Amino acid sequence: MSATFTKSMARNVFYGGGLFFFLLFIALTFDTMQALPKRDNSQNITPAVAHGKKLWEVNNCIGCHTLLGEGAYFAPELGNVYPRRGPDFIKAWIKGQPTGAPGRRQMPQFNLSDADIDDVIAFLKYASEINTNKWPPNIEG
Amino acid sequence: MKYKSQAVAKLYFIAAIALFLGQIIFGLIMGLQYVVGDFLFPAIPFNVARMVHTNLLIVWLLFGFMGASYYLIPEETETELFSPKLAIITFWVFLAAGVLTILGYLLVPYAALAKMTGNDLLNTMGREFLEQPLPTKVGIVLVALSWLFNITMTMLKGRKTAISLVLTLGMLGLAVFFLFSFYDPVNLVKDKFYWWWVVHLWVEGVWELILGAMLAFVLIKVTGVDREVVEKWLYVIITMTLVTGIIGTGHHYYWIGAPAYWQWWGSIFSALEPIPFFMMTVFAFNMVNKRRREHPNKAATLWALGTSVMAFLGAGLWGFLHTLAPINYYAHGTQLTAAHGHLAFYGAYALVVLTMISYAMPILRGRAANPERAQIMEMWAFWLMTVSMFFITLFLTGAGIVQIWLQRLSSTPMSFMAVQDQISIFYWAREGAGIVFLIGLTLYIRSFFVKGESKAFE
Repeated sequence: MSATFTKSMARNVFYGGGLFFFLLFIALTFDTMQALPKRDNSQNITPAVAHGKKLWEVNNCIGCHTLLGEGAYFAPELGNVYPRRGPDFIKAWIKGQPTGAPGRRQMPQFNLSDADIDDVIAFLKYASEINTNKWPPNIEG
Repeated sequence: MKYKSQAVAKLYFIAAIALFLGQIIFGLIMGLQYVVGDFLFPAIPFNVARMVHTNLLIVWLLFGFMGASYYLIPEETETELFSPKLAIITFWVFLAAGVLTILGYLLVPYAALAKMTGNDLLNTMGREFLEQPLPTKVGIVLVALSWLFNITMTMLKGRKTAISLVLTLGMLGLAVFFLFSFYDPVNLVKDKFYWWWVVHLWVEGVWELILGAMLAFVLIKVTGVDREVVEKWLYVIITMTLVTGIIGTGHHYYWIGAPAYWQWWGSIFSALEPIPFFMMTVFAFNMVNKRRREHPNKAATLWALGTSVMAFLGAGLWGFLHTLAPINYYAHGTQLTAAHGHLAFYGAYALVVLTMISYAMPILRGRAANPERAQIMEMWAFWLMTVSMFFITLFLTGAGIVQIWLQRLSSTPMSFMAVQDQISIFYWAREGAGIVFLIGLTLYIRSFFVKGESKAFE
């Protein structure tokens, strides 16, 4: 690198550039937070949804599944499982685990009550109605 | 070694390597579960194995970063560590917290662990990579603060170099952004949005400062190139890191409910994210070509060059592969993401820690470099691990492309599990490459015990 561009100039560009883009990021974040209520389906967050999200978390569902494309890639996407399978199928599925089919991937039995499963389903329904810019590309997730 | 207090680094390095071995063993378990679905079920379900695999990765890298800074800061600042005792206490606290957390994952159902550890007081658990119970999260904050305090106090009483400033800034960012792990709102979009403030701003932001500082330090040592030149490069590289990487966070905001404009911000800026990695490659090779001395530790130079190349491939190239919004629309959440994740973490972070260990460990053991035979074995380990990780990445990329084709692009899309059956050949191949990786790692560990005539200090 040329000698006219000194280390202290490089340092100043680093601090200036880093700060500028961090502030820009904060501004975009602020704008995003303003725009979210129209997109994030938060008007439909009920106590059941909140409890469903908590059950989703404390059973580490993300350790196998993806939700809106994020998580592990071992088991199906669940951001759109509500429209894909419907509430009755989901309930029967959760209750029926593990399948015990030899050699197949196994989902644990989480021993949730019927009311708990309904809340998990309420959470998945809420998640499926978030405006995700039309992702995933099709119903298979 | 020049300063007595540098010796604390040794503990950290040993723990890092031990946990690395654990990470790989759990990686192999998961890899097998991809094709033999009921392997070890229900003793170790996939989600538990994955938690152990990713959490061990984070913890061993943090041990590596801490050990590296306790080694390099005294040399950079030309003074003893502020408190070697605090560094040792911090080590044992962190190791105990780490081991207890992993045992908790393995021995107690996750929901029971959450209940036991106060997740009802403040729920933070059950999110990818942030699965740690509340006390562990608090512990991580305390450990990071103790580390930051020790390093900052050392720097205040000694010489202030660019390398030590950048390293400290990286650590400060690491501590600050981790605080977002305590924010877990019911609103899923906000949850995901700020989750990335930990995950992305760590690995594509502040961790790169730590990486750059460590690499620059080793390059000065093994090449003898003038500090002014190296540090100027360091500043330019990390400037590009922050300029591209901060707004580049947007590439995670395409499909999680955030406004569509992130597709533009994210695509444009993250498309530039390979630039700092490319500069790092040019920088490392340039410095080695212009070297003013022949350092007897050949292995360390190999690790350093390897870091720069593999970080560019894994983080730069494989990141670029699926970062543009129209491509990411199809690639998001597939095995392509897993491919990128593996090579990026290995290339950038695992390798830079191993570079630092390779350079510092012989000195901590009282010699300039290891015996010739030990170095040759270490270099074999480098090639075995690096080539096999590259193949793991290629196989997962193949799996990802076929998955995208069958599940998302086809006019008659197949279901997720049907597709998984179709791509099992790639998973078998990946598992094979994983076994080679384990052989490489075993060789690496053995290389520490090879006896012979070691190189004394000049």
